[in-house]
Amino acid sequence: MFGVVPVAYALWLSMTNSSGQLVGLGNFTRVFADYRFGSAFAHIGLYVTLWLVSLMVLVVTLALMLHGRLKRTSAVVRFICYLPGAFAGASSVLIWLILLDPVASPIGPLLRAVGWNSAAQVMVPENLPVIFTIIAFWTGAGSWIVIMYGALNGIPNEVIEAARIDGAGAVQIALRIQLPMLRKWIAYMLILAFAGGAQLFVEPQLVGTASFGQVPDDWSPNQLSYQYAFVAADFNGAAAIAIVLLVLSLGCAAAAVFKAGLFERGHS
Amino acid sequence: MTNPSIASRVSGRNRARATSLAARVAWVMVVGVFLCFFALPIAWMLLAPTRSDAGIVHGAPLTFGSLDDLVAGWQHLYDFQSHAIVTWVSNSALYSFSALAITLVTAVPAGYALATARFRGRVVLLTATLMVMLMPNATLVLPLYLEMDALGLAGSRLSVILPLSFFPFGVYLTYIYYATTVSGDLLDAARMDGASEWMVFRRIALPLARPVVALVAFFSFVHSWNNFFLPFVMLPDSEQYPAQVGLNTLLTASPMFNSSSGISEILRPELALAAVLTSIPVLIVFLFSQRALVSGMTAGATKG
Repeated sequence: MFGVVPVAYALWLSMTNSSGQLVGLGNFTRVFADYRFGSAFAHIGLYVTLWLVSLMVLVVTLALMLHGRLKRTSAVVRFICYLPGAFAGASSVLIWLILLDPVASPIGPLLRAVGWNSAAQVMVPENLPVIFTIIAFWTGAGSWIVIMYGALNGIPNEVIEAARIDGAGAVQIALRIQLPMLRKWIAYMLILAFAGGAQLFVEPQLVGTASFGQVPDDWSPNQLSYQYAFVAADFNGAAAIAIVLLVLSLGCAAAAVFKAGLFERGHS
Repeated sequence: MTNPSIASRVSGRNRARATSLAARVAWVMVVGVFLCFFALPIAWMLLAPTRSDAGIVHGAPLTFGSLDDLVAGWQHLYDFQSHAIVTWVSNSALYSFSALAITLVTAVPAGYALATARFRGRVVLLTATLMVMLMPNATLVLPLYLEMDALGLAGSRLSVILPLSFFPFGVYLTYIYYATTVSGDLLDAARMDGASEWMVFRRIALPLARPVVALVAFFSFVHSWNNFFLPFVMLPDSEQYPAQVGLNTLLTASPMFNSSSGISEILRPELALAAVLTSIPVLIVFLFSQRALVSGMTAGATKG
């Protein structure tokens, strides 16, 4: 009701004009031609790539590093990594907006060393994919570390033990045994992270507000879609953008599902 | 004269010890860097409200200010749009708890049915669940707005609660749990003993699923509480805003980011205080749920 109906409705909207007549792909060619369309998708593409790569590499590495260590230390570390998740959304953006302002930040000297002396120099459009990756990683990585750690616990001890007797070191065990057995979980993480990343709205919206006009309010596709709908009152164009996002997300999800065999059970 | 083979064995052992020491140092350093990354912003955020804005800019980082500054900051925040902050937080609570209740009543039976019953269209439904779970917000939010508009609900509180209650991720989690950990034989045995489907669900399946119910409740609550786009689009009135959208209002009003703002009291300490206050419920849920989260996840899903 709240999933399928809106999608069907969006599909219908994207194919009609404001008076309800079918226009085929007219809306799509119109939004494709919009000069903001390409840049919005390029922004989001760069951001999602950075975000997924950092998530995959760092989360898996950290989970492996924490696994099999002193139980209590590892539990404390996991908990601290996971805590920022409580500040997801607007609060995390707010905090990082202040933290990345060299004037007030505890890491101010670090930022100034790179040559940024004011918030306006940090919040430039070129830096945004990296900034959003940092924010997303700060709030989101912890729960994935917890989940990956749980998945590592699910690997039978005998397998690891057997490998160790055969002379495998920690790194080899990680690469040859643990990593392949985490495959499904990594795919699962990437799919959800991709879906979340492509939806970016609150971060660029707030940063746009706070950047004194440096960051346009149509930085991400979701924002552009919002602009279409509520500023230009063009719901058909908005729906067309939404459908493009949908097709992209589903395509990537389908690829990951088939590649990792997420739906197969019993053997993998 | 030392025996060369002993010498080489000793040096080999030393080398092994050295590499393990180096590995340990590397481990501590890498984990340490990540700990700082995750923990420092939280420490800063908790300390900032106790300091004055000037103190934050000029003073040493990460120090405790004074209680007076905390009280002053709270006064400024409370005065903003005549205690809007309280309204926002209670709105968030209303939306999240209502959505949570509806989610639990719908998602758990749905996941159970998908996992245990064999009916036509099951795979289609399962795929649809996963697909909807991945759908970009914009695809849903804008059509949802029009749908709510058509139903005459746009701008009302229901227009936020109802879509938030729809939580395919919860269905999927329940599905994974039942499909992997609860044995079908157990349920069949109960059926054989003459239990009705409802009894099987109520007496056996539901109690077994306690960890996953907790998990779904947790994710649903956090998801609703942190949602921004939906209420941002749906609600026209600051009186109805949840905390997240309220923070946006606060940010826009702050002279730090908007030089034309007529308000001068909402500075860094007030913003940090607002961020902390609006996150406290999620923080509490997080503090209590980590153990359940880990055990639920490991029990429920790793066997897949």
